Amino acid sequence: MSKIAVSFKGVTKTFGEVKANSNVNLDIKQGEILSLLGENGSGKTTLMNMLAGIYYPDAGQIYINGKPENISSPKHAFDLGIGMVHQHFKLVDVLTAAENIVLGLEGKLNLKESEKKIRDICDKYGFEIDLHKKIYDMSVSEKQTVEIVKVLFRDAEILILDEPTAVLTPQETEKLFNVMRNMKADGKSIIIITHKLHEVKAISDRVAVLRKGEFIGEMITSESDEQQMTNMMVGRQVSLNIERKTPVNVKPRIVIEHLTVKDSAGVSKIKDVSFTANAGEILGIAGISGCGQKELLESIAGLVKVESGNIYFCEDGKDKVDLVGKDPEIINQMGVSLSFVPEDRLGMGLVANMDIADNMMLRSFRSGKSHIFTDRKTPRHLAETVINELDVITPGVETPVRRLSGGNVQKVLVGREIASHPSVLMTAYAVRGLDINSSYTIYDLLNKQKEAGTAVIYVGEDLDVLLELSDRILVLCDGEVSGIVDGPSTDKNTVGLLMTKKGGAA
Amino acid sequence: MIDLAAFIPRAIQQGIPLMYGSCGETITEKSGNLNLGIPGVMYVGGISGVIGSFFYEESCAGAGLNPFLAIFIPLVCSLVGSLIMGLIYSFLTVTLRSNQNVTGLAMTTFGIGFGNFFGGSLIRISGADVPSIALSETSSYFSKSLPFAGNLGWFGDIFLSYGFLAYIAIIISLYTSFVLKYTRTGLHLRAVGESPATADAAGINVTKYKYVATCIGCMVAGLGGLYYVMDYACGVWSNDAFGDRGWLAIALVIFTIWKPDIGIFSSVLFGGLYILYLYLPTGMDHMELKELYKMIPYVVTLIVLIITSMRNKRENQPPASLGTNYFREER
Repeated sequence: MSKIAVSFKGVTKTFGEVKANSNVNLDIKQGEILSLLGENGSGKTTLMNMLAGIYYPDAGQIYINGKPENISSPKHAFDLGIGMVHQHFKLVDVLTAAENIVLGLEGKLNLKESEKKIRDICDKYGFEIDLHKKIYDMSVSEKQTVEIVKVLFRDAEILILDEPTAVLTPQETEKLFNVMRNMKADGKSIIIITHKLHEVKAISDRVAVLRKGEFIGEMITSESDEQQMTNMMVGRQVSLNIERKTPVNVKPRIVIEHLTVKDSAGVSKIKDVSFTANAGEILGIAGISGCGQKELLESIAGLVKVESGNIYFCEDGKDKVDLVGKDPEIINQMGVSLSFVPEDRLGMGLVANMDIADNMMLRSFRSGKSHIFTDRKTPRHLAETVINELDVITPGVETPVRRLSGGNVQKVLVGREIASHPSVLMTAYAVRGLDINSSYTIYDLLNKQKEAGTAVIYVGEDLDVLLELSDRILVLCDGEVSGIVDGPSTDKNTVGLLMTKKGGAA
Repeated sequence: MIDLAAFIPRAIQQGIPLMYGSCGETITEKSGNLNLGIPGVMYVGGISGVIGSFFYEESCAGAGLNPFLAIFIPLVCSLVGSLIMGLIYSFLTVTLRSNQNVTGLAMTTFGIGFGNFFGGSLIRISGADVPSIALSETSSYFSKSLPFAGNLGWFGDIFLSYGFLAYIAIIISLYTSFVLKYTRTGLHLRAVGESPATADAAGINVTKYKYVATCIGCMVAGLGGLYYVMDYACGVWSNDAFGDRGWLAIALVIFTIWKPDIGIFSSVLFGGLYILYLYLPTGMDHMELKELYKMIPYVVTLIVLIITSMRNKRENQPPASLGTNYFREER
C-alpha cells in the first residue's frame, strides 16, 4: 500500500444556499491516477478548486502527505506541490508559452534559463511545445500542453486535470494519456475529471464518485465496468446504449452544392463543400474544433454571408428553394432551426439575465396577442413543459438562465428549439460538458426528432457518440469535406484520421 | 514658416504634463483599471503642490526660500494628494468592486472641484487683485535649467532649456517601459490586466498589483499637474487653467498603444498639435478656421484608434480585462 498524498476529511463548501460539497472524505495515493466521476453540478470542480487554493472550504480539513494544511491561495497550493489544469485554460493570450509558464514565480526574470528547464521537462515526459509562440496562435491541444508544463515547472507532485480531453481529438488524447503514464511512472499523483467512461477505463487506477456534492464511493478501475460506474454516478440503473433505429422514409431535405464561405478577413472558412442532409436521418459532423462547423451551420441558418454555392431546402411536395441570400427570419419560419451551443454556452440563443419563460419567448415574440402586446402565457407553459420533460433543475421558471448549471442551460436551449417542430434541426456541441445522464436525454430527444421525420444535423466532439448516434458522418478538415462515411459501419480510427487529413474522399 | 527653435521647446513644455498623465494612466490600465479620474488626479496633484508651496512661502514671508525645501515641500504634497486619489479609486473599484467608469468620472468631477475650491480659497487668503496665485519664487526653482543651456544656441533651447521635472518625466516613461517589458513585476502586471483569473491561479496577488499600479499611476499623473503649475505656468494657479489636458492624456494612452516609450514622442507631438494654432502664419484669409486646429489631437487619436482596430494585432489592443473588476469566487 503506497502512501496517501492527499486526503479530504469532512470537507464542505456552500455557495449561498447551494451546497456544492458536503462532508467529502476522499484519499488520493502517491503515484496513482484517480478518476473523479460525477454528473454536472456534483461538485467535482469545486472540490478540486479547494485543493488548488481557489476556494476555501467552509468546514473540514485537507491533509497533504499526512499533514493538515489550510490551503489559502493558489500560491500556497503550488508551494505544497499541487497544480491544477483548469477546464477553461488560465493563460494570458498575448504572452508567449514561456512567459505563461514562468508567470507568478519569484526572483529575477531570466527567460533563457527558464526555457532550458522547460525543455528538460518536455524531453522527460514527451511534450512538444514552441516556447516563443503566442497563446492566441495556439490550438487547444497546444494550450493544454502549456498548462500542464506550467504545473510541472513548479515541481508539482499532485496534478489535477479538469476535463482535459473535452476538446482533443482521439490522437491528441492518446498523446496526453502517454504523458500522464510517464508522469505516473515518475511517482506523481494525478486526479482527472472526465465524463468519458472509456477514458476512465483507459487511464485511471481508481475511480471516485461524487453525487450532489457528496462522496458516494470508490472502485478499482480494473475490477469494474462502465455500467457500474454510471449506476453509481447517477444513483439508479441507466441504459448506456444509444438506440439507433434504421432511418425510414429518407429523402433529401437540405442539399448543399459547392458552398464557400469567407470570414471578414477574407479567409476561407468553408471551401467548396457539397453534401445532402436527409429527412429522417441524423447527419453527424466531425472535425477538430474551428474547422468550419460553426460557419457551415450558420450559413444554412442565413447568419453568415455565402461567397458562392447553393443551399437548397426541399420540402415535401414543393419545389426546392435556394436559401442563400435569404433573411434568417424567413429561413427560420420555413422550419430551419439552429440550436447552437457555442463555447460559452450562453453566447448565442439564450439571454443570461432573462428567466426561462422569457427565453422561450425569444422564439415566439412575433406571434404575440396583438401587434402591440406580447403573449406571455404560451411561453410560460412551454417553459414549464420543458422543465418537466427534460428534468431541468431550477428553482422555478422565473430563475435567470445565468444561475442554472451548464447542463440545464443546454436542456432549455435544445428544448425550446425542438418545441418549434423544426423540419431541420441543427445542434452544435449540444452535450458539451454535460454529464452522462443529461447527454442521454439529449440523444433521446434527437432520435425522437429523427423518427418524426426531421433532418437532424449534429455537430459533436465525442467521436464515440457521433459513431453511435449518426446515420452518416460528414468529416470536415480545415473547411473542406475530407470524407462522408456511413455511421454504423465505420470506426473511430477512420474518422479520426479523416479529421486531420485534407481533401481525399474516403 | 514656423520658427522651429521657438516652437519645439513650447511643444515639449506642453507635452510634459501629457507625458506624466499618459504614463500614469498606462501603468494603471496595465493592471486592468480604467481610471477615468486622471484629469481630477492631475488637478489634485497640481493644487496640492500649490497649497504646500503657498504656506511655505507664507511662513518665510519675504525671507529667502531654502532651495531644497522649496522643491521638496510641493513635491511631497503633490505626491501625497494624488496618492490619496489613487487610494480612493482603488478602494472603491478593487475592494468594493464599484463600476470603474462611474467611479472614474466621479473622481474627475471631485478632483476638479477640489482644485477649484482650494485654489479659490487661497486666492481669497492671499487677497490678490487678480483671480490667481503667483508662486514665482518657488517656480523659479522648478523651472531652473542647466546654467550653460543658454550658451548653446538652438541645441540648448531644444534639449536643455527645461526644469528638472521635464527630464524626470522622460526617465519615468523609459523606466516604466523597461519594467513592463523586461522584469517579472512587469510580466505579472500585464498578466493581471490581461486575465486576472489567470494571474490569480498563478499565485499573483491581483489586489495588491491593482492597488499599487493604480496608486503609482496616480502619483505619476499628479506630477503632471505639478509640472504644469510650477514650471509651465510659472507658478501661477488660476482656476480651470489646466483645462482638458487630463482627457488628452487618456486619449494619448490609446494613441501610444499602451507603450510609455512611444508616449515620450507622442506627448510632444500632441503638445505641438495642441498649440499649433498659435504658431500659424498670421494675416491669411479665414483666420477664424484657426479654431479647427485645436481639434487636431483628438482627430489624430480617432485615426489611430481606427488604424489599430483595423490591423487588429493582439499586442496593440487594450489589456483584455480593462474596465472590469475581479472577484475570485464569482461563478
